[in-house]
Amino acid sequence: MDLRDTSEEAAFRAEVRGWIEANFPTKLTGPRSSDAEYERAWHEWSAKLADAGYAGLTWPKEYGGQGAPYPHQAIFLEETARAEAPQHMNVIGLGMAGPTIIAHGTEEQKARYLPKILDADEIWCQGFSEPGAGSDLASARTSARLEGDHFVVDGQKVWSSFAHIADWCILVTRSDPASEKHAGLTYLLVDMHAPGVETRPLRQITGEAEFNEIFFTDVEVPVENVLGEIGQGWSVAMTTLLHERATLGFALTAMLEVNVRKLLTLAKERGVDDPLLRDRIAQEWIEQRALRLTNYRALTQLMKTGMPGPEGSVSKLTWSEANQRLTKLALEILGPDAQLWNGDNHGYWQYQQLRSRGNTIEAGTSEILRNIIAERVLGLPRSR
Amino acid sequence: MEFAFTDEQEQLRREARTFLADRYPSDRVAELADSDDGWDAASWAQLAELGWIGVSVPEEAGGAGLGFLEEAVLFEELGRALYPGPYFSTVALALPELSAELQRDAVDGKTRWSASLDGSLVPDLASVDRVLVVRGGDLVAVQAEGQTLETMDSTRRLGRLADGGAGDTVGDASALDRMRTRAFAALALESVGLAQRALELTVEYAKTREQFGKPIGIYQAVSHRLADSYALTELARSLAYWSAWCVAEDDDEAPVAAAAAKAYAGDVAVTVCEYAIQAHGGIGFTWEHPLHRYYKRAQWNQGYGGYPAAQRAEIATAILS
Repeated sequence: MDLRDTSEEAAFRAEVRGWIEANFPTKLTGPRSSDAEYERAWHEWSAKLADAGYAGLTWPKEYGGQGAPYPHQAIFLEETARAEAPQHMNVIGLGMAGPTIIAHGTEEQKARYLPKILDADEIWCQGFSEPGAGSDLASARTSARLEGDHFVVDGQKVWSSFAHIADWCILVTRSDPASEKHAGLTYLLVDMHAPGVETRPLRQITGEAEFNEIFFTDVEVPVENVLGEIGQGWSVAMTTLLHERATLGFALTAMLEVNVRKLLTLAKERGVDDPLLRDRIAQEWIEQRALRLTNYRALTQLMKTGMPGPEGSVSKLTWSEANQRLTKLALEILGPDAQLWNGDNHGYWQYQQLRSRGNTIEAGTSEILRNIIAERVLGLPRSR
Repeated sequence: MEFAFTDEQEQLRREARTFLADRYPSDRVAELADSDDGWDAASWAQLAELGWIGVSVPEEAGGAGLGFLEEAVLFEELGRALYPGPYFSTVALALPELSAELQRDAVDGKTRWSASLDGSLVPDLASVDRVLVVRGGDLVAVQAEGQTLETMDSTRRLGRLADGGAGDTVGDASALDRMRTRAFAALALESVGLAQRALELTVEYAKTREQFGKPIGIYQAVSHRLADSYALTELARSLAYWSAWCVAEDDDEAPVAAAAAKAYAGDVAVTVCEYAIQAHGGIGFTWEHPLHRYYKRAQWNQGYGGYPAAQRAEIATAILS
């Protein structure tokens, strides 16, 4: 056991820290927003990260990655959190589409898609949830009808982040209309610019439109865009979700670390002396530490055995609830002024607090995550 | 960065778990806890023979010359077994503050020690020989004389030290912070061990106990609390291991780490035991079932040296200044 960086890790950390100091644009400080100027700056920042070799750190070199050990990814995320810099914008591409293509893609697919994910040339979105299929993904109804050398896709997806700016979509479809549940699903890579694809923004409780509905009407998708086998879409989709939950841990913890840092700054500025508030601030600090350390244990396990340990299943569940508590605490520290959108913090905490309600719903609801821990980690009988 | 115990340390864990499961199964612990003495004094010689008392004591003082991380493994396993005996008091509180000569006697199993952080309450007073207290600027070793008090957790009874007994000065008052840091780390580890055991008992029960024709673990009202227990225990484990590493390395963060671990793991173990009792239903509320003993130890650990709010107040001071 040694919680210090190795000399090699320390060198990498120093390099990343120096690079961020020299390159991080001030335009990206403050609350994340969906306005076009912010998106442009974020896009430029993402391309810059890729140029410097910080996108896809752990991806194989032949697909444009660095082939770096996992701790480098953790260090990179910690350092971006320290600088309060946003992550690469191609969240779905890097965290979900990319790893799934690496696991199930043909050589042609890997060569075609992976490099453009890294340099943010092509932004990805996810088409999994439907109006009638949220947590219950296996009841997806969006249809894919095989006609010669292409599928014809019809249906509707929902809660799709980045769809309004995305170039590609990982899409779960039902290719066998007679099938039910997990059988008969096919996983497609769909061009978002193809005729018949329409996105409509969904305005959220924050007022912004970060999510979208996607409508597919007679959209032609070439057969070579099937990822994995026709009819095996469920197992491909599970790879995506496994990666979403396993690799997300560090990114989420880094985001929480940013908020803990900001919370401490706020509390110091306001000279918080209420013992009840101080108690809660300390509790959030402790829990963020616990989360980061739990990720370290998971990382060590991954390095030793090549398999993520069960610790990883805790990350997203814990992070989401911690972020909800923490952001509400910040509003309490702000006091009655917290109700004003344009206070002296430009609405940062107001936005963060409202946005945090989505944290326990997106990327696996807390209820689904508790089912997963109960059934797969503790071995309790399946509830469904 | 590597955050895991070594293979040798894991081997020590397996040996400890096997030994404790064999010698101190829960019915034996219950029998001892309900006895007048509260423990089996003969067990101390076994622990000495296993080398557990002198794990971190230098070899020239008769110890194994290992470190707090090896002791950490034992604290966790002894907590899991609810071993009733003054291991925490002797090894975490007192031993590192003693001279080589006094350490040698302790390692050999001849003398058992405890200490008082507040000058009054002493863990295991009745089962130890000597006690460290701070008097003025001195750390003083006095005879373990005083009144044993009826304690909720009968596996680790508290005593009140008699006033004014003569003592030998063995160090200065700066020892107090170190004793406290080690004690907090050790109790965090114990709490993780016992929470893990309480969770295992409950998972097993939820798989086999049937109501309405189904195992109760199928109901999410039960299973989701167990999922939470798992998550909380893993988070507490991470903090406990971090605090152990900080103590072993004499890291600057050790006092904050130990306070954080003790506060968090202290609360978590109590919560996990409460969920465990609830999931067991009526049987979990009986004296016969072992769960109440885990629950009482969890509460002992939670309260020692101040309930978690006191440690969080300290942490708030550290992070907000």
